Amino acid sequence: MSDLHVVTSPATLDPASPLAVRGLTVSYGEKPALFSLDASFPAGAMSAIVGPNGAGKSTFLKAALGLIPRVSGEVTIFGHDVNRARDRIAYVPQRASVDWDFPTTAIDVVLMGLYGQIGLWRRISGAHRARARACLDRVGMADFADRQIGQLSGGQQQRVFLARALAQDADLFLLDEPFAGVDAATEAAIIEVLKSLKAEGRSVVAVHHDLSTVSAYFDHVLLVNLRRIAEGPIATAFTADTLSETYGGRLGALQIEGLALVGT
Amino acid sequence: MGAEFVQFSLTPILIGIFAAVACALPGNFLILRRQALIGDAISHVVLPGIVVAFLITGVVTTGPMLLGAAGAALVAVVLIEVVRRVGKIEPGAAMGVVFTSMFAGGVLLLEQSDTSSVHLDVEHALMGNLEQLIWLRADGWGSLLDPVALAHLPEELPRMALIAAIIGLLTMIFWRPLKLASFDEGFARAMGLPVNLIGLGLVTAAAAAAVAAFDAVGSIIVIAMFICPPAAARLMTNRLGIQVAWSLLFAVLSAILGYVLAGYGPIWIGAASSVSAAGMVAAVSGAILGLTCLFGPARGRVGVAAGG
Repeated sequence: MSDLHVVTSPATLDPASPLAVRGLTVSYGEKPALFSLDASFPAGAMSAIVGPNGAGKSTFLKAALGLIPRVSGEVTIFGHDVNRARDRIAYVPQRASVDWDFPTTAIDVVLMGLYGQIGLWRRISGAHRARARACLDRVGMADFADRQIGQLSGGQQQRVFLARALAQDADLFLLDEPFAGVDAATEAAIIEVLKSLKAEGRSVVAVHHDLSTVSAYFDHVLLVNLRRIAEGPIATAFTADTLSETYGGRLGALQIEGLALVGT
Repeated sequence: MGAEFVQFSLTPILIGIFAAVACALPGNFLILRRQALIGDAISHVVLPGIVVAFLITGVVTTGPMLLGAAGAALVAVVLIEVVRRVGKIEPGAAMGVVFTSMFAGGVLLLEQSDTSSVHLDVEHALMGNLEQLIWLRADGWGSLLDPVALAHLPEELPRMALIAAIIGLLTMIFWRPLKLASFDEGFARAMGLPVNLIGLGLVTAAAAAAVAAFDAVGSIIVIAMFICPPAAARLMTNRLGIQVAWSLLFAVLSAILGYVLAGYGPIWIGAASSVSAAGMVAAVSGAILGLTCLFGPARGRVGVAAGG
């Protein structure tokens, strides 16, 4: 393992950061998925996690949230252990991770985002329903509240997922490939909502796969391929050099030129 | 419907209803979690456990049988893990191998051991003894208020009723976590819900229902009730709460219709004897599923999603 970079981790994790990790290592069986990764996302900003397929982007989110076990590493959410900060996090899983055939309606899914507040037994009140409806309205899905979720298009399903996250009224939004397989109208609607969240001072961290929109959508980027390749503001971290290191030969020089990056 | 009905039909029908309800309730969630065959698996695995418990104690009583069944389930879980790791095959295949082997082992054990003195044999394991769970001390509807007669109810009835009630109560208490963890495990975990514990609780409830029902009504009803009423109910609605309500209705209907048809159906068409109640209950639940496949209002929703 002599070809590994010497990793110098920060001594402490930034307590102001909505999501900071140090030395995060995850493996599936004997195959490493992430190796000693450090990252510190800025508050009140939109951050992208970018890298090739199988680079560990989703794994990063899941390990940070404690959904999958980590071999080693520290994670803090606003300076706290993740288990003490769950009510400040809204997580939007990959759309393909659930069975959309489930017997439930769009508004029912959004109400699930309120379960944390409602608790196990308290009745779902009119106020809760009104809130869920407002969240659906914010993503342009108010007219589909009573539709069975399997009857929605992919883009509409993704918007329902986002509405559920909005219902959680969180400070940190973690999204796993929110634009995967959605139509252009949905992508525009989602990005508008995310930018309004940022304007409210909330933090957004999204796994993102479309290199052509990284600069337009995000302020901060983490380039990852099993380990951290680069992290920082788009202007300094999202460059031709860091991209070719992240993607290796999979990204042609022409494609990188097409991204019209700063410093190329 | 007089004294004879109370004596010979009331208790088997009630036991059938409670068994059907106890299995159908967790079945709803197992189907949605794509674990429908767990019910099937459990009812197979418990057989060797129950036989071994009988061989050790020499009596057919609930305590040792439940222990034996639980022990067998534990052995099965370990064996599945071993087969999966050593054989490097997918979990479904490992389950299939372990459950069928253990059931076969149970059948062999039953045959080889001297169980002729008690009602524990292969047929009993498959079909239970629903028809024999009668209430001889009853002499009419008035017996329902007679403490002496009530004391002689078949012991399977209060036991099955208790299991059904507990499962119903647990389903209501944990409705929201169950629903959320069944729909979106990742989101549930991110919210801090103990998803593994919820899954374990569901399988445990299913196992308890399977073990208790297995003894009274046999594994055919158990397997059918885990799958048929919830699957048919899914075709009736797109709401989980309504689906569970339909599944209970279908379970009750299967138990009543199945028992009545088995007892009187053959006579109506001129045959001399009745047929197995367990088999008929399962067949009725299958027929209900068939009807909902053809006429259920929420069928064919798969692939309905609008494009774009």
